Amino acid sequence: MKVLGIDTSSKVAAVAIMDEDKLIGEYIINSNKSHSEKLMPIIQEIFSQCNLTVDDIDLVAVCIGPGSFTGLRIGVATAKSIAHSKQIPIVCVNSLETLAFNMNLSKGIICPIIDAQRNDVYTSKYTWENNSLLCIEDISVKNIDVLIDQIKDRYEQIIVVGDAVDIHKEKLESLNNIYISPNSHKVPRASSVCQIALEKYKNNIIDDYMTANPLYIRKSQAEVEYEERQRRMGENG
Amino acid sequence: MKDIITLAIESSCDETCAAVLKNGRYILSNVVSTQIDLHKKFGGVVPEVASRKHIENIQPVIQKALDDANLTFNDIDIIGVTYGPGLVGALLVGLSSAKALAFSLSVPLIGVNHVEGHIAANFIDHKDLNPPFICLIVSGGHTHLVEVKDYGEYEVLGKTRDDAAGEAFDKIARALDLGYPGGPKIDKLSKIGNKNAIEFPRVYIDDESFDFSFSGLKSAALNYLNSKKMKNEDIVVEDIAASFQEAVLEVLVNKSIKAAITKGYDKIVLAGGVAANSRLREMFDEKGKEHKIDIKYPSLALCTDNAAMIGCAAYYDYLKGKVSDLNLNAVPNLKLGQR
Ligand SMILES: [Zn+2]
Repeated sequence: MKVLGIDTSSKVAAVAIMDEDKLIGEYIINSNKSHSEKLMPIIQEIFSQCNLTVDDIDLVAVCIGPGSFTGLRIGVATAKSIAHSKQIPIVCVNSLETLAFNMNLSKGIICPIIDAQRNDVYTSKYTWENNSLLCIEDISVKNIDVLIDQIKDRYEQIIVVGDAVDIHKEKLESLNNIYISPNSHKVPRASSVCQIALEKYKNNIIDDYMTANPLYIRKSQAEVEYEERQRRMGENG
Repeated sequence: MKDIITLAIESSCDETCAAVLKNGRYILSNVVSTQIDLHKKFGGVVPEVASRKHIENIQPVIQKALDDANLTFNDIDIIGVTYGPGLVGALLVGLSSAKALAFSLSVPLIGVNHVEGHIAANFIDHKDLNPPFICLIVSGGHTHLVEVKDYGEYEVLGKTRDDAAGEAFDKIARALDLGYPGGPKIDKLSKIGNKNAIEFPRVYIDDESFDFSFSGLKSAALNYLNSKKMKNEDIVVEDIAASFQEAVLEVLVNKSIKAAITKGYDKIVLAGGVAANSRLREMFDEKGKEHKIDIKYPSLALCTDNAAMIGCAAYYDYLKGKVSDLNLNAVPNLKLGQR
């Protein structure tokens, strides 16, 4: 079974092709070019370099977020359309489990952090147990200072991964129980997306081109403001 | 010659659209999923809300377009998609889908300018229509007077210097508490109102220019409303609507007729959402007869945003060899005739 994996949840565009036995190819581009300009060309390139066509793919794996709203939609729209045109299933993978997966078999707590702007991060916590990745805290949006406060004395060792690491590097480095992942593992890897997807597929956690959609966590700003207005009007009678 | 089947996708604003066409001018299916109700509570289109809805809608809309046409992906020869102008996040959903489909199906991708799509809507409804002609494009986002020299060849003669005509309609409609979108409501009220009740200014800028300006007229109408309110006088909404509409449309019609005469054309083609306005059509028909100028406008369904018009424009671009690369990006402020 060959999987095409796509991750555009951050600035990084990542694409991989994998089967049960091996990683066949992977592209990771962490440039400032927009996803719209780089994603399809690298998909085109990986198929050509691996001597494969879309007809060889049995499953599309896509990172659905959380992350940059526009970036997520570019990746998810691409995944949906490939799956739709070839009538193949989709497996949705979230961006935080993808990052935690990069720290394969490490000890202690893994805390992925993805930039959510205005000093906020999307975060959750994972740990490796018996060779499998365990989610021990659900995804939420947190202010970075609140998060740091929570983790600074609580754990013996905590590994932070994700694009928000660079943004809040100084604050994080001042803590002595925190280990910052190396550059090679700090970015989302489409090979991780593929690997997680293969596991989910085996466990029958499968979507299709109709049901796969971005995981935003946050409501749109307009929605938040609208609800706030409604609430205030309710209070004023 | 083998038929060319086009799959077209349009998602530049608040409508998710897909269509299938045969040889550019024959609609096999034309699916429009509107989000108007979703945006009503915000009083206008919210880009992030629109983008979120587009990605939920796009696959069902594409599938329905194929089903309605009784075709499958394997029958598609080319893919046309709007890449601008429009809301960037909204555009990117349709564009990303179209690019992935073009790659997956190994067919050419043709990025289409949305405004050129509006012009092309006329080729679908009028099978004998060919360039050259003068085209007036009026919608919520655009007011352009264009010389269409050939398929895909445009010279912009004039455009609005401030508000688009449709935008002015929406703003006045809001001030009159008519709700969103305002254009069709003003049109409807104007039918029972007196268009000569209030003398609103007609802004021609100067004799030479084919540009438009509606901000002065808009302020005049808002000032009129305010002064009535201050004096506690009753207003007749129908009369304001009719008088305001007449002032906008008169300038649009007169400038278009003048452009046709100056440039030596006997054909004027209307395009865009405001081309659905019944009074605009009536005035053009009258003036056209007077000056022996043939007036054409699209059917109501093809005036507003749809993918069939994008498919038609894509077909003619394809015939001219204008095929896009897979690194095509959305261009929110794409100009007419720009590539
Ligand atoms: Zn339009």
